[in-house]
Amino acid sequence: MAEQEKTILVVGGGISGLTAAVEAAEAGYNAVIVEKTPFLGGRVARMNKYFPKLCPPTCGLEINFRRIKFNPRIRFYTLAEIERIEGSAGNYNISIQLNPRYVNDRCVGCNACTEACPVEVSNDVNFGLDKRKAAYIPYEHAFPFKYVIDDVACKKSDCAKCVDACKYNAIDLNMKPEVIEINAGAIILATGWKPYDASRMDNLGFGTSPDIITNVMMERLASPNGPTKGKLTRPSDGREVKRVAFVQCAGSRDENHLPFCSAVCCLASLKQATYVREQYPDSKAYMFYIDLRTPGTSFERFLNKVKEDENISLIKGKVAKVYEDVSTKDIIVEYEDILAGQKKKMAVDLCVLATGMAPTVSEVKLPDEVRVNENGFVVPDRDRPGIFAVGCAKNPMDVAQSVQDATGAALKAIQILGRLS
Amino acid sequence: MEKKIGVYICKGCGIADAVEVEKLVEVAEKEYKVPVCKTHDILCSPEGLDLIKGDIKGEGVNAVLIVACSPRAKHQEFSFNGTVVERANIRELVAWTQPPKEEETQALAEDYVRMGIVRTQNSDLPEPYLLEQPSKDILVIGGGITGMTSALGVADAGYKVYLVEKGDELGGWASRLHKQLPQRYPFEDLEEPTVKATIERVRSHSNIEVFTSSEIDKISGFPGQFEVEIKTADGLQKRIAGAIVLAAGFRPYDANKLEHLGYGKSPDVITNLQMEEIASKGRITRPSDGREVKRVAFIQCAGSRDPNHLPYCSSYCCLTSLKQASYVRRLNPDAMAYIIYKDMRTPGQYELFYKKMQDDPGVMLTKGEVTGVDVSGGSLYVSVKDTLLGGDVKIEADLVVLAVGMEPNTKVEPEELAKWKKIYDEQLAASGGKPDPNAPLEPHKVPNILKLQYRQGPELPVLDEAYGYTDSNYICFQYETRRTGIYAAGSVRQPMNMLQCIEDAMGAAMKAIQCVEAVANGYSVHPRAWDQTYPEVNLQKCTSCKRCTEECPFGAIDEDEKGTPYHKMTRCRRCGTCLGACPERVINFKDFNINMIASMLKNVDVPEEGLRLVGLACENDAYPALDAAAIRREKLPPIRFVPVRCLGNLNLAWIADALSKGIDGVILLGCKFGENYQCHFVRGSELAKERLGKLQETLGRLMLEPERVELVQLSISDYDKLPQILDDYVEKMEEFEPNPFKEF
Repeated sequence: MAEQEKTILVVGGGISGLTAAVEAAEAGYNAVIVEKTPFLGGRVARMNKYFPKLCPPTCGLEINFRRIKFNPRIRFYTLAEIERIEGSAGNYNISIQLNPRYVNDRCVGCNACTEACPVEVSNDVNFGLDKRKAAYIPYEHAFPFKYVIDDVACKKSDCAKCVDACKYNAIDLNMKPEVIEINAGAIILATGWKPYDASRMDNLGFGTSPDIITNVMMERLASPNGPTKGKLTRPSDGREVKRVAFVQCAGSRDENHLPFCSAVCCLASLKQATYVREQYPDSKAYMFYIDLRTPGTSFERFLNKVKEDENISLIKGKVAKVYEDVSTKDIIVEYEDILAGQKKKMAVDLCVLATGMAPTVSEVKLPDEVRVNENGFVVPDRDRPGIFAVGCAKNPMDVAQSVQDATGAALKAIQILGRLS
Repeated sequence: MEKKIGVYICKGCGIADAVEVEKLVEVAEKEYKVPVCKTHDILCSPEGLDLIKGDIKGEGVNAVLIVACSPRAKHQEFSFNGTVVERANIRELVAWTQPPKEEETQALAEDYVRMGIVRTQNSDLPEPYLLEQPSKDILVIGGGITGMTSALGVADAGYKVYLVEKGDELGGWASRLHKQLPQRYPFEDLEEPTVKATIERVRSHSNIEVFTSSEIDKISGFPGQFEVEIKTADGLQKRIAGAIVLAAGFRPYDANKLEHLGYGKSPDVITNLQMEEIASKGRITRPSDGREVKRVAFIQCAGSRDPNHLPYCSSYCCLTSLKQASYVRRLNPDAMAYIIYKDMRTPGQYELFYKKMQDDPGVMLTKGEVTGVDVSGGSLYVSVKDTLLGGDVKIEADLVVLAVGMEPNTKVEPEELAKWKKIYDEQLAASGGKPDPNAPLEPHKVPNILKLQYRQGPELPVLDEAYGYTDSNYICFQYETRRTGIYAAGSVRQPMNMLQCIEDAMGAAMKAIQCVEAVANGYSVHPRAWDQTYPEVNLQKCTSCKRCTEECPFGAIDEDEKGTPYHKMTRCRRCGTCLGACPERVINFKDFNINMIASMLKNVDVPEEGLRLVGLACENDAYPALDAAAIRREKLPPIRFVPVRCLGNLNLAWIADALSKGIDGVILLGCKFGENYQCHFVRGSELAKERLGKLQETLGRLMLEPERVELVQLSISDYDKLPQILDDYVEKMEEFEPNPFKEF
């Protein structure tokens, strides 16, 4: 069998894609990861802690990155996008566009380019909560540990201060996009998700006050490498957050937005409530939910543990409106306490919208054989196997389930390759 | 192999600004007489690498020490096939964290060169451990939907499968379903059960050998060579398998324990499983009088989410009741279905099915707490408090369906455990012998399904808080078990619905395939999947103290008839816990061994005056945290750090060596232990802590303060706290008198 026919293309370098690639490679197959951002790790690399263990995602990523570094069967391309997929199960020809990093393999990670760079832009990794340079590395454990220059923000030859600052000849502002071709026998789509655009829910006030944030922003605020170095403060005035409201199903389970349940938000908010409580002993957290969804053993145990904290209130309630009180600068949450049957109001320092998952697979140029449903998830096609969606490209799911799913998808992929031999 | 060491020192990344590189060369050449020592401005550049490659080719250098950045950086560049490569990190741990051009900084860098050279002297290329005839066949235990899916998954990838089912038919619980939940978009309509087709495929697959009415009699051996004895109706059958998928499934929670919900009070209070049987008959009627039902009440969390019964959520029951409400509405269109729930749990796109059922005016859903079920005049009355309907209500029904939860078949009931304990205690009293550490007093030591012939017990160890489920401790690594090559799948691993079981079955099957391939090629399985070294044991010096057999987290070490431990290499995960446990220091790896670390510590230069501190750091978490602190350019005290595979490697001999050399203190950085432990080798740092307990006494006798050795539990993300932690430690050490052994 030709070597390329034993190859699996993995689109997406988040936890699902990394897992699928590593699991397949460790069984003796070649895997090529195509990741559109400059780094592997995806969404989880930006999380502070995993529920329910409250352990750092970088711990598992470190192992996965090491498995990649040590395994010659895995290749990966960052800043890479699928240009075209042709062919069928067992023989796909794939064109991949490699966008310029403007930094080559000589980069040693010394930070001189960042220091020299005069351009500051909104930091997308931190959802705009702070700024970063146009030449940057997003966090300490980024992989590959190779700087990147922001194609849009960088002034290129009009500035080029980084080129002079780099002692290692690692910067090349003339890099151009290039297209490479690969052949693979099977494809795994691990394209993941993005947070649903919270500004689309007018009543929840996102965008009207910096102190109404999303759950993914809350992760960055809590992270030691986030915009506040892990200190939970209000984005507007830096005040410590002692009263925090969590609004569940912000977009999810809502026919006008995401009709499905995003599966992770209940646990994410419970987890984030513990961040608040741990940091400020005199703080209070309020969570407004429709149903508390903590299935299984460890999640339910986590819920029970959170419930023991009398300063965390779990309120079955529908939030009608969130807005800033202009005089006190408090955030006001108007809600219906369903069990009490009453409409109520509450003032808090910070309101976290538990926004759901919007799948991103339709942003990838895919062949017609891949069916995407109205919600943006791939519909598994049993009749034409060869392309497999995993993780949140298929259904909203948490990290554990994504890992499970990606491992299983690796088997489906090697079955295709096995049949060729 | 005669070693010719080449030392290559990088001057880039601020190294040459922080230290005098020429003096580092002197250390290598004069103190250690290394035959080749060169410097380069940018060692990782193609030009720098050519320098090294040239020496490997031209000078016969076969062991290289890279004195440059962290071993985590530039791994691909500094890999030279067939050559030993070791790293001395003077970028992150010196240039980026120490004040430049100071005496202390120079001394630190020189020590890293010394330690690096002895590390290289003590490191050899791995020689893989290969079985003579590794089996790539896979044993699957359990013929339900999970086991069958695993079996097909493995068989379709070209591997042979032995599928063992204790019942006389394949199919498990799935065979008893009237309809199954939708498994695909739009997740609205119930599906005809697919289990029959799955059974057909399994039965006709040429790669699958099925054993029904069969149980495992015993399993001995190890990955690549599990000797499986299967008790069948036709006697004992023996097969050799390379890896195992455990898909033994669940049992419904015993409804007899749910008297408070009316079970047993009336035949019309039934379980959700009974409901499947009734629905299969085509019309829903009451068991008591055969009358067609008009009002069916479903009680959710019957036994689940209840501290008196199952404290957890059984995951499948909400969807199952919604499905059964749909039976009621379709088979008896005039009937109403009431579902009383605590929280309706239909994650992901299953929400669409919930939505569809909500839209049916004949399905009433309410949150509420069921306080009792009463029988009166041929009707059932369900009392509910805290409802959305306002206050307490009583729902009249003809039929009450209890949505009972699930328990894994791997769970050993307390009564069962008590029975074993009684037998054991009686035997012990009668024989007057010593207590046996392998006595069946813990769940995984009670023979149940696998019946492994392992020193550490016959079943998979379960986590304390997992209620008998053989779940992984790791969010990122769902198929981790503490028995290499044995992977749990489906509802023995976690409570899950059928669709999840099917997906989980594929994952576990993948891991089983990966294991047989790794074993056949002499690699470890996860997490050190790249590792071809293995523990080499000098048994002549072994005193059979059995610490290694007891402490191995994976049960890799058994004992022979004479009580001498021996490693079953393919069960080994190369963590090196045994290396740390062994008081005779007879367990070593080619590239990581007792003598290596001991020599590194002994080669730290200890001046007559001034503090000298060393640290051991877990290479997966603590060491990357050190690197991250360096990337942030935090100032760290000049502690000499040595990366270890796991803090479970800690051999007390190392500490004794270091302290007797005059080193003032040793700090140990390892992962969090206890509940929610983060050690990837289960108990590494915890074992290190236990070993330290034994050391403290010895230190006291030597008039050394026990606090000189400190263990810190650290996460990889605690890099922001590291400077403070290390500074505090140094401050404490400064309060002590210098180590009196400095003078010797």
